[in-house]
Amino acid sequence: MILLAALDGLAYGSLIFLVAVGLSLIFGVLGVLNIAHGSFYAIGAYVAASAVLAAAGMGLPTWLAFPLFLISAILVGVVVGGTVEALLLRRVYRKEEVLQLLVTFAVFMILEDAQKVIFGTQPLFANAPMNWLGTIEVFGIFYTNYQLVLIPLVALAVLVGLRTFLRRTSFGRAIVAVTQDREAAMAMGIDATRVYLITFIIGASLAALGGALSSSTTSLTPGIGSGMIVLSFAVAATAGLGRIEGAAVAALMIGLGRSAAVYFAPEFDVLIPYLIMVVVLLIKPEGLFTTLQTRKV
Amino acid sequence: MSRQIVIGAGLLIALVVFPLLSPWSTVILTVALCEGLAALGILVLLRAGQVSFGHGLYFAFSAYVVAFMATARFGHEVLLLVPIATAASGLLAALIGLFIVRYRAIFFGMLNLAISMVFFSLLEKLFSITGGADGKRVPRPTLAGMTLERESFEFWMFYITLALCVVAALFVARYLLSPGGKALEAIKSNETRLEYLGVSSRKVLFGAYLLSGLLAGLGGAIIALVSGHVTPELAYWVRSGEFVFIAILGGAGGVAGPFLGALMFQIIRGYAAVYAPETWHAVLGVMLLIIIFFAPTGLYGLIAGKKRAAKPPAAVERAGAGQ
Repeated sequence: MILLAALDGLAYGSLIFLVAVGLSLIFGVLGVLNIAHGSFYAIGAYVAASAVLAAAGMGLPTWLAFPLFLISAILVGVVVGGTVEALLLRRVYRKEEVLQLLVTFAVFMILEDAQKVIFGTQPLFANAPMNWLGTIEVFGIFYTNYQLVLIPLVALAVLVGLRTFLRRTSFGRAIVAVTQDREAAMAMGIDATRVYLITFIIGASLAALGGALSSSTTSLTPGIGSGMIVLSFAVAATAGLGRIEGAAVAALMIGLGRSAAVYFAPEFDVLIPYLIMVVVLLIKPEGLFTTLQTRKV
Repeated sequence: MSRQIVIGAGLLIALVVFPLLSPWSTVILTVALCEGLAALGILVLLRAGQVSFGHGLYFAFSAYVVAFMATARFGHEVLLLVPIATAASGLLAALIGLFIVRYRAIFFGMLNLAISMVFFSLLEKLFSITGGADGKRVPRPTLAGMTLERESFEFWMFYITLALCVVAALFVARYLLSPGGKALEAIKSNETRLEYLGVSSRKVLFGAYLLSGLLAGLGGAIIALVSGHVTPELAYWVRSGEFVFIAILGGAGGVAGPFLGALMFQIIRGYAAVYAPETWHAVLGVMLLIIIFFAPTGLYGLIAGKKRAAKPPAAVERAGAGQ
């Protein structure tokens, strides 16, 4: 039981990490808490599932689903995320925080309906990629490779990749510079507008990637985005907004907490993430990982 | 000030007359007024530059208090249920206010959100007590000792709600002009200086938080009675977001703003439900974007004109994005 809960927690935590780290990145750099982030997750899921179903319909091999996941995530990030940033958010960076929040709230409302119109309200189910990868036996428990190996590996790759990108590449360093001091960075010739746009696209793509990966494990229904956004808020807030490594630990914590609740106190499974969030915000509002030497983005 | 009175009075007269002309509108208008009350609470907090994405908590809490009391036939009377439920959510706001006033900006918003989501999950999961996602039915109570038919109950509830809204709006207008209300604006513009003046910003914010909780609670209690049904959805974060939406749509400049916003919200929702049933959220979202980009003072600001566009001074430019 405990082991099963732990495996569930690992799979689930990895998934919410992908979404939450995008949210955290956007907040860390742009200073905007993106309420529409859950919609990117949902759209990513729908686009990926549709692509997989379409590919299967054309008789293409199942393994093609995995590159399709990546492509659809990037596509959603660039098209939807890019549009939102360039068209809307860019105009409100200098305005009050309330207005920034409300712009993303408006985008959330629009995108929620857009999903229903484009993808319909019927549940969408495309689990072929998960079945294709088969199962693995861990201490006598059978678990899908997809959830236990692939998703955590992707999460790990994103974590390492993001760290390396921000610290080793020149564009990554430009992002960090703009985060620390926008004006000084601009004086050094960094195009801050472009940094904002690309950061937002990366964040949105990560959410869409999370959605794409989840599309194979559950059936998609309208409203998955609005549930996921609060969950990723919980992870990002628990870690401290803008912390990337912290988000990984917090996501695991919340994933494990939730799956433990599923087995031991099923009435409270959805409650656990919010409860953790409340407690952490009360005791240490800046997040659990702020005093550690994790640097801000 | 005079413009504020003119707008308020105009709105009031329109509201008094309209249901007499078209009786079908009473329930919709009552719902709008209830949401206006909650948005009025948000407006109070906005004065201090704080935004709560969790006031659905107080809305739902008092709605469920009404539902439980009415089911238990305990004080099965509107004139008892509404004050008790409102006071109960005031008490809850006071308890939560004790610690929440220590937080600002994003932390204030997130903590409110988190607490309301805890409540939402409890409502949904404790099936045996709360009826789960299906919610609870609220039997129609007596009004001033009289058992009324549905239509006359709705009719009288509307006018009672309208009267309560007028009292609430006048009270809030008075409060915003009082030293406590002025101190709220100071929290927004420069909290450190406020503290230098010897004013405790936490106490000031506590007062505002308590008031906003009471207003949301009043709205929730009435909506439970009028719709005859309560669901966990009342506490969901999207609902809380709508209150903020309504406050901004109406305009944060004056106390008539939230009610204007709530009416507009209901009108759009009503029309969109007929002409674009699949996309009324999107219509609202576009409307919100238009307001933010082209009329940041809201409907109230549009009507009151540029001069009276009493939008509090915009926050000082963000010094660094990541701060």
